[in-house]
Amino acid sequence: MATRNIVILGAGSAGTMMANHLKHKLHDHDWKITIIDEATTHYYQPGFLFLPFGIYEEHEIQKPITKFIPHGVEFISSQIQKIEPENNVVLLNNDVKIPYDILIIASGCSIAPEETEGMKGKLWYKDIFDFYSFEGAKALHDKLKSWEGGKLVVHITEMPIKCPVAPLEFVFLADDYFKHKGMRDEVEITYVTPLSGAFTKPFASKKLGHLIEEKNIKLVTDFNVEKIDNESKKLIDYGGTEVSFDLLVTVPLNKGAEFVGRSGMGDELNYVPTNKFSLQSLIKENIFAIGDATSLPASKAGSVAHFESEILTENILHYIKGEELKAHYDGHANCFVETGNHKALLIDFNYDQEPVDGSFPFPGIGPMSLMEESMLNHMGKLGFKWIYWNVLMHGRAIPFIHPQMSTAGKHIPAHEL
Amino acid sequence: MEKLINGATIKVNDEGYLTDFTQWNKTIAEEIAKQEGVGTLDTKHWAVISFLQEQHKNNTPITIRKVGSSGVTDIKEFYALFPNGPLKKASKIAGIPKPVSCI
Repeated sequence: MATRNIVILGAGSAGTMMANHLKHKLHDHDWKITIIDEATTHYYQPGFLFLPFGIYEEHEIQKPITKFIPHGVEFISSQIQKIEPENNVVLLNNDVKIPYDILIIASGCSIAPEETEGMKGKLWYKDIFDFYSFEGAKALHDKLKSWEGGKLVVHITEMPIKCPVAPLEFVFLADDYFKHKGMRDEVEITYVTPLSGAFTKPFASKKLGHLIEEKNIKLVTDFNVEKIDNESKKLIDYGGTEVSFDLLVTVPLNKGAEFVGRSGMGDELNYVPTNKFSLQSLIKENIFAIGDATSLPASKAGSVAHFESEILTENILHYIKGEELKAHYDGHANCFVETGNHKALLIDFNYDQEPVDGSFPFPGIGPMSLMEESMLNHMGKLGFKWIYWNVLMHGRAIPFIHPQMSTAGKHIPAHEL
Repeated sequence: MEKLINGATIKVNDEGYLTDFTQWNKTIAEEIAKQEGVGTLDTKHWAVISFLQEQHKNNTPITIRKVGSSGVTDIKEFYALFPNGPLKKASKIAGIPKPVSCI
């Protein structure tokens, strides 16, 4: 049989893990694996949260993309023009056609500040910053070093966003940062969200709501930004409510890759409509999607991409054999959440189970505690950078951590069982 | 928990959102709308409510942008129809969960 082609679009966390998994599972003479990305640097994106506060330095969170592409997998450094699902080809910017038998879309999502009036205006990277890009986080670090205080507003434009807890973590770390600089009294911190609260899940609201008050964070909820007035330095929402800022740290609208839109395959935010269990796209049966690029009702997070990569690898092997796509992704996510003061929480949840307390990964033993602030969790969060670079990006599994969420060790209220 | 709306016992969560959509009907929606200060529901309100229910059925996250580009209404009008937090109020009246984050 002639060699067939698997093409992966995007060499970020999800695409790189898929390249490694599939390389281990498939024979070279049967399958040629190609991965395409226009970028040349692989960023450890959780590090963007720490960069503004000087906890990580630039060199720690970036490595060459090719470092993690396994031998025998071809890496093409190019922009992607579009996918032609009817012809089973990917068209590169130089009109070169890359044919595929199986396509995996792993092109992630990124910020689109230009979608909000006044966001990318004259104050952009002067008094308005993002920390969802390397450039933004770096510029914000320089700003914070010399900022003398005033109104700091941390803002979410619209859901869904990558790592939905990151803006809250930013607020907690900012509180800490200004305390250590001896200038917390000079800074008023306000958290502005389109949702109904800083925490929106019942258990988290009850258990963690106190953090907002204790850290003296002002809260503005149900705020949907219409525009930013650069003259008066105000966020203005569709209902007319205004929030003044001296320094705005915003999470702009997040969107999937433009080429997904150009290919006519995305929803209005360029996310690929995807079966939430099998990870097969709803576009065509030989197209799959993973990570931030999908329309899944799961968090856009590295742990999600990690668990999905194990499920998707199984399903691609099923697909090749003409079998039913038996592996089901359950929406499992597992994230450390920084709360400041060298502490962090650990949350573990899926499509159906909201984060609750308990022990992880060993029921009743831990050593990690769920939904409980601890220094061990903080060390876990910092230590994860090593695991990411040295274990995950090589397609190796983390011992005792499974793609399916376990209910053992979790204190799930009786009425939810 | 349970709540008595117009003589019917309805299952709701702590914040008054229905937890069982099969119990939803238009009379219940009208009553919740009154309690939320939205007042009497007209055809525009009902069109938005149907749109949100449809999105929810399809597992699509509901956002302001989505409502604005729905063709059913625009964002300004959505605010006028359901003042002060239109997404959560319209969701509550439609008998579906409010938009949430992961935590």
